[in-house]
Amino acid sequence: MLRRGILRGGALIGLLYCGAAARVAAAVESTLGFNELYAKQSVLGMELSMRVKTLAGHTVRILGYLAPPLKPDVRFFVLTRAPVALCPFCNSDADWPSDIVVVYPRAPLDAATDGLPVAVTGTLELGSKIDAQTGFVSLVRVIDAEFTVVR
Amino acid sequence: MRHHAMRPYVIALVFALFVGDVAAAAIYPIDRAHFLAGSKFDFKVEFDQIVPQGSMRVTINGIDATRAFGKTFQYMENEDGSNASSGLIRDVTITEPGKYLVEASDGVTTQRVIWDVYTTGPRKAKNVILFIGDGMSIANRTAARMLSKGIREGKYYGQLAFDDMPHMALIGTSGVDSIITDSANSMSAYTTGHKSSVNALGVYVSRAKDNLAHPKVETLTELVKRKTKLAVGIVTDAELEDATPAGMFAHTRRRGDKDIIAEQMFLSGADVVMGGGSAYFLPQKTPGSKRKDDNNLVELYRRTGYRVATTDAEMAQAAADASTRKLFGVFHPDNMDGALDRHLLKKGTVDRFPDQPDVADMTRAAIDVLSRNPDGFVLMVEAGLIDKYNHPLDWERSVYDTIMLSNAVQVAKDFAAKRNDTLVIVTPDHTHGVSIVGTVDDAKPGPEMRDKIGVYQEAGFPNYPAPDKDGYPPSVDVSRRLAVFYGNFPDYYETFRPNLDGPRVPAVSKDKVYVANEIYKDQPGAMLRVGNLPRSADTGTHTADDALLTAMGPGSEAFHGFMENVEVFRVMVDALGLGAPARSGARGADRQTQTKRALTSQ
Repeated sequence: MLRRGILRGGALIGLLYCGAAARVAAAVESTLGFNELYAKQSVLGMELSMRVKTLAGHTVRILGYLAPPLKPDVRFFVLTRAPVALCPFCNSDADWPSDIVVVYPRAPLDAATDGLPVAVTGTLELGSKIDAQTGFVSLVRVIDAEFTVVR
Repeated sequence: MRHHAMRPYVIALVFALFVGDVAAAAIYPIDRAHFLAGSKFDFKVEFDQIVPQGSMRVTINGIDATRAFGKTFQYMENEDGSNASSGLIRDVTITEPGKYLVEASDGVTTQRVIWDVYTTGPRKAKNVILFIGDGMSIANRTAARMLSKGIREGKYYGQLAFDDMPHMALIGTSGVDSIITDSANSMSAYTTGHKSSVNALGVYVSRAKDNLAHPKVETLTELVKRKTKLAVGIVTDAELEDATPAGMFAHTRRRGDKDIIAEQMFLSGADVVMGGGSAYFLPQKTPGSKRKDDNNLVELYRRTGYRVATTDAEMAQAAADASTRKLFGVFHPDNMDGALDRHLLKKGTVDRFPDQPDVADMTRAAIDVLSRNPDGFVLMVEAGLIDKYNHPLDWERSVYDTIMLSNAVQVAKDFAAKRNDTLVIVTPDHTHGVSIVGTVDDAKPGPEMRDKIGVYQEAGFPNYPAPDKDGYPPSVDVSRRLAVFYGNFPDYYETFRPNLDGPRVPAVSKDKVYVANEIYKDQPGAMLRVGNLPRSADTGTHTADDALLTAMGPGSEAFHGFMENVEVFRVMVDALGLGAPARSGARGADRQTQTKRALTSQ
């Protein structure tokens, strides 16, 4: 079972905090699964699902795996459906899956968290975009994001 | 070298002793390069310090290089900001076979290399079909034979399609930079006759910083298109822009330049192109595209007279149409799925892409279309997933794909059997550290899975069911199965049984190193194997073990004993007589101009 990481503190305070956070979260965010991103995947292109399109600009929560970082100073990270077996940034014969989500975190990323399952919460942004710093192309992004390691 | 009548130079052995006496200086093509007369290459000289242009003295068999080639050096005083000078002359040829001594002096020291230029006899083969079993190691062949033909009392009931070819050779796969090669470097050796370096395609890796600025060597596709009217086909079940198919035409220092490689593929003029990897052929605005521009290469293929197929049925229909001369088939955004998943388990991405053709089907369709060219054809077919599954230690999948390669080779043999004009070559590009060590028998006593491994007489024979009509056993998860292990691996959990849920993922990235993937930890009998590779290795890796090549048809008799991978190129160009002078009316240049315009005007 997945359990969100929580702030350290007394058990009672922790439980109260969790309950409050869950109620607030339910009011503002919609949880999206990787399976829900696309209505159709074909050889000549994919089609974003209606649910994803309607959530553009809204706060969403997505569960996925944090891929190894591009460079230590990079401003985004890549969220994948499953743990990445190959590191496309380190191996030129590896490539990203087609259905990645690019996440721009609100606070600088702790580089020591790659490979972990995370829950990302932020604003959903759609459309082809090239990262100015790296040239990395993305279609689905979560911006101004916060993330929590799930265990 | 048409501008000056140079004669081959008889080389005294003593010259070889001087080779390499200046560190960090280089001449490309490199020392001992052995290449085809009349093939194009870029000639580059790198000095280890700044050398004024007036002090550079470069000669070929004693003749000034600019006179010999009839072209001047592009002089780079501080190449790419380095503290060293270089000179480059692009697109030169040597037409006269023989030995050439190349000397480059900065006024103080002299570097020397020796080239050996060969020509060919008259054309012996109308067609050449080159099969690449990517990463196909001896154990892949042996296991494929056991599973698809069966074995009893030490004798097989049959052979793979490439087992009974009359000629064979052991192939050395090492590159300029390393004893261990990758699929870019190794394919480039087969298709240019020049050794290169890991990740490089159709270039020597020089000090240039731009991936596309390194000295180029001519590829088989370019040579065939420039000098003949043969059709060219490129078929793979990996991405079309992946290293092996790219080796047929591409020039870049980094195989990861996939968007550029896709463009180079289109510009190459290859007549039949089939495989996966559509993501790099779609404009960036299309969801699923991995391009960084608006070029729609699928549309370009369509507009320039290619039949476009995205499913098995569309491919068969296009190939059956007698008017089809050009075919672009792309069947998956990434790598296609392998035989075990498509035929048996329905895992991987088979549910999302159920209409992918088999490598054998693609081979048949390619031959149908290409053989309509009265001048003949060159076809490269890659079973790319043998390697893609050897990497994650997923031996069952790599073996089912080896069986698929055998089926594809059978298609070519059936075509060749009707005529005696087709050279068929089947070879790996490199190997993996994989071996069959015995069997795993669930009925053997013992608390641990290793207790159930049978070696020597305890191995006996596996109990896979009889194969179906295509040679695939209908079950891979049997009670007495082959025990196959890899010798070079990251940390991983050995499960001693096939991975029925989808391709294996042995290690995952965590805190910048690769650790054993814990999803296998709780499988009954799973055992942690602590890796013997550096923790940066995400999967098993290539090995320097020789590759086993088999061949049949006109020209194949040249294969024997041990041969360097670059000699495979020589056998192919010799069979096609490509040392002969260019015929007028060859099509390469026209298409380049025409399609470059098309790419930029979109």
